[in-house]
Amino acid sequence: MLTIVCPHCGARDQTEFRAGGEADRPRPADPFALTDAEWADFLFMRGNVMGLQRELWVHAAGCGKWFSLTRDTRTHRFAP
Amino acid sequence: MRVALGGTRIDRSRTIHFRFDGRTLAGHPGDTLASALLANGIHLVGRSFKYHRPRGILSAGAEEPNALVTIGEGAFAEPNSRATMVELYDGLVARSQNAWPSLGHDLGAVTGIASRLFPAGFYYKTFLGSSRTWTGLYEPLIRRMAGLGPAPTAADPDAYDKVHAHCETLVVGGGAAGRAAALEALGQGRVILIDEGVATPPLDGVRLLNRTTAFGCYDDNLVMAVERVNDHLPPGERRGPRQRLWQIRAKRIVLATGAHQQPLVFPNNDLPAIMIASAGLTYLRDFGLLVGRRIVMVGSSDAADELRAAGAQVIEVAAIAAAHGRKRVASVTDGQGTRHRCDAVLMAGGWQPAVHLHSQIGGRLSFDPARHCFVPVVDPSRARLIGACAGDVPVDRPSAPVAGPNAFVDFQNDVTLADIDLATREGFVSVEHLKRYTTTGMATDQGKLSNLNAITRLAHNLGGAPGSVGTTTFRPPYTPVTFGALAAHDRDQFIDPTRTTPMHDWHVGQGAVFEDVGQWKRPRYFPRDGEDMRAAVRRECRAVRRGVGVLDASTLGKIDVRGPDAASFLNLIYANGWSKLPVGRCRYGVMLGEDGMVFDDGVSARIAEHQFLTFTTTGNAARVLDHMEDYHQTEWPHLKVWLNSVTEHWAAAVVTGPLARDVLREVVSDVDLSAAAFPHLSWREGRIAGHKVRLYRISFTGELSFEVHCDSRFARPIWEALLAAGERFGITPYGTEAMHVLRAEKAYVIIGQETDGTVAPDDLGLSWVVSKSKPDFIGKRSLARPELQRPDRKQLVGLTMDAFVDEGAQLTAGAADTVMLGHVTSSYPGAVDEKPFALALVTGGRQRIGTSLYAHFGGRSLRCNVTDPVFYDPEGVRLHG
Ligand SMILES: [Zn+2]
Repeated sequence: MLTIVCPHCGARDQTEFRAGGEADRPRPADPFALTDAEWADFLFMRGNVMGLQRELWVHAAGCGKWFSLTRDTRTHRFAP
Repeated sequence: MRVALGGTRIDRSRTIHFRFDGRTLAGHPGDTLASALLANGIHLVGRSFKYHRPRGILSAGAEEPNALVTIGEGAFAEPNSRATMVELYDGLVARSQNAWPSLGHDLGAVTGIASRLFPAGFYYKTFLGSSRTWTGLYEPLIRRMAGLGPAPTAADPDAYDKVHAHCETLVVGGGAAGRAAALEALGQGRVILIDEGVATPPLDGVRLLNRTTAFGCYDDNLVMAVERVNDHLPPGERRGPRQRLWQIRAKRIVLATGAHQQPLVFPNNDLPAIMIASAGLTYLRDFGLLVGRRIVMVGSSDAADELRAAGAQVIEVAAIAAAHGRKRVASVTDGQGTRHRCDAVLMAGGWQPAVHLHSQIGGRLSFDPARHCFVPVVDPSRARLIGACAGDVPVDRPSAPVAGPNAFVDFQNDVTLADIDLATREGFVSVEHLKRYTTTGMATDQGKLSNLNAITRLAHNLGGAPGSVGTTTFRPPYTPVTFGALAAHDRDQFIDPTRTTPMHDWHVGQGAVFEDVGQWKRPRYFPRDGEDMRAAVRRECRAVRRGVGVLDASTLGKIDVRGPDAASFLNLIYANGWSKLPVGRCRYGVMLGEDGMVFDDGVSARIAEHQFLTFTTTGNAARVLDHMEDYHQTEWPHLKVWLNSVTEHWAAAVVTGPLARDVLREVVSDVDLSAAAFPHLSWREGRIAGHKVRLYRISFTGELSFEVHCDSRFARPIWEALLAAGERFGITPYGTEAMHVLRAEKAYVIIGQETDGTVAPDDLGLSWVVSKSKPDFIGKRSLARPELQRPDRKQLVGLTMDAFVDEGAQLTAGAADTVMLGHVTSSYPGAVDEKPFALALVTGGRQRIGTSLYAHFGGRSLRCNVTDPVFYDPEGVRLHG
């Protein structure tokens, strides 16, 4: 079980958090400017990175805040 | 046989008694069950897993694969306890396992049937034949033949504890190396020292956990350990929890877990009284006993003199070609072919460091040819290993394995050298495949005494060194852990919170039958005078359709949405528009996922210009709030809106039926209840029994309905005031079952019943809800995808038929068709006429209205007429009343 550092609360057990998938893929400002294929890509496709990945987490059983961090998907180590 | 020398762990001045397979035997305080049995000359303690071979005590510690016994009786029984780890107490009751009819005369071993049933890879070979051969012959036979001790059938009556601990340094292993490391770490903050044994004396400043096994090491230096708090005490002297689960986060971990001396492989090496050499010495030094009078020592004879001094005859041999005997070793043939009579054998294979915890978290291993064992690869980012577990073990080149019948590699899973050789010949040349095919190393002992010999043999067969084939992955737990300790307090009513409404006690008093909806207890129906569910639901439904009913709807999710951008926010969250909804009015809304599929539904009310109250389905309340928070925080943080769950702040009672208004007129003040002043889908504030209430005209039954919401603290008097006022109108409390029937007749969908994450608003006939004018909302772009325009999407329809159909029944066009066109989502008897009706999702369903389909369930087919899904008052005259 990982220790995750919530930017608001500090280091807590992983069980207090929920993963929100890859970060830095904002919802398109005008979804209708995208073709069907582009929209499907946004909806369904993920990078599935092996290595350093920016990802979203929420301190669900804590302060409830969303934040992003960088994790190495091979080792589970969080980058500072 | 107890001798005068040694015995540091036992108190010879006191004698205690225990029972083994019904015999009463004596031992001393400090004995383990294994040492006490050996002191009584008992070597045969169990039968093996597959072949029912007589087995004895192989080791003196946690690595024991053979001496598994059941401790205690009835619900307290603990099967598969290692006799070497069970501390003796007065009155202990132990039984041998896997023997029938008795340990001494086991039929499985006599017939030899087992050895034909279980060659290497037996699951893939033996059980060929029809499926009837499996259920009729093989499975019962194997269940009878193979196995460990039976689990008790009653619930575990013991209590368990679970604690978290934090420290700067955690040392695992209380031997000399571990104790030195603990003292050394004292200057760097809190130190916890874990030791499996009992004898570790306290160290100043160190938190010492005796009788505690660290069984798992996880990411970020989390170590899980189980402390046996009471297992060593007679039942009458036990206080507090039986065991305690420790979850320890450490800044640094030091492993001083020692090493396990390995067995040698030769025919009949599993006979009772053939033991690991170091164990024979432990029994002498710690427990003051000799494991035999005439002992053969093979591999290493370092301790021969010590055994002689204690009174044993010791024969030293370089190698053993075979052992002989039936229920105990009687002689051995040495490497030169000479036969030696004996009553015990001490064998010294190499020493394998106990690297399990290091390996569990991904620490690497390398093969050390000089010591013939796998040693940990030093990695400064991981736990530090010291002493024997770091590879500081004697250089002991073990004698080569000797092939032949019954030369065991894995004692607990009954895997022989011949099995390994067969697997290699059959092409299982990867160590991971070998493990799965032969099951070597997969028993509860995790291969502590078998992995090294198995890997060595595989490498030999392939013509390489053990390092070339690698090792299998070590997984937690290091030794078996009781489910009780893992669950600890999280059992029975504590496994999950139970949520009850403020009216719960009233429902209990009325004899309500409850159902679980998420964590909530909701009345399902209120049986009267011996009614069954069907009769009660019929009465409750009729009361609502003809008179008036009352439902506790407090469990409804409620989210307070407020701020200057509240309406803009809801416009993005919901498929429908909110900007023009006036204060005092309500609107039904549908929430979609970004994929366009229905996620939740419910009514929202505009409380003030900048405040809405959003109702969610009972089971989805937390998910909906999470969903809103997610979008607010990550996508639209610029919107000034605040979200709060107020589910438990507000209790709610639904008063519904043609007489609902008449009931409310009796108790509500400050509100004009007339249809003109207080129309459908609006809300007003009033008073009942002196308390402020909000009345919402929302209908989930199709009848005239008022939802009475109030501060939860005053819910009980308000509920009772409503029932008192309704008495002369025959007000009838109803439960969720009647609610379902009533809503289904109106085709009001239930999220999770009519929807499953693949259902879009139009599929449910809810296109009218979806705003055409809003430029964007969650799911809008997806609704324009071609997949969601297809005319053959599954659509909600009604079904009528002559008999009841099961929910989930598949639907086809013809009685004998196999092409499934959809399925039944809801099925009930009609509220008043009791005629069976159903809702279903059917491919191109709306086009099929007026045709028929066949429902298939429980081996039968039933003809169904496809209808409009709204069965009751399609014009909505009644709910506007
Ligand atoms: Zn936090």
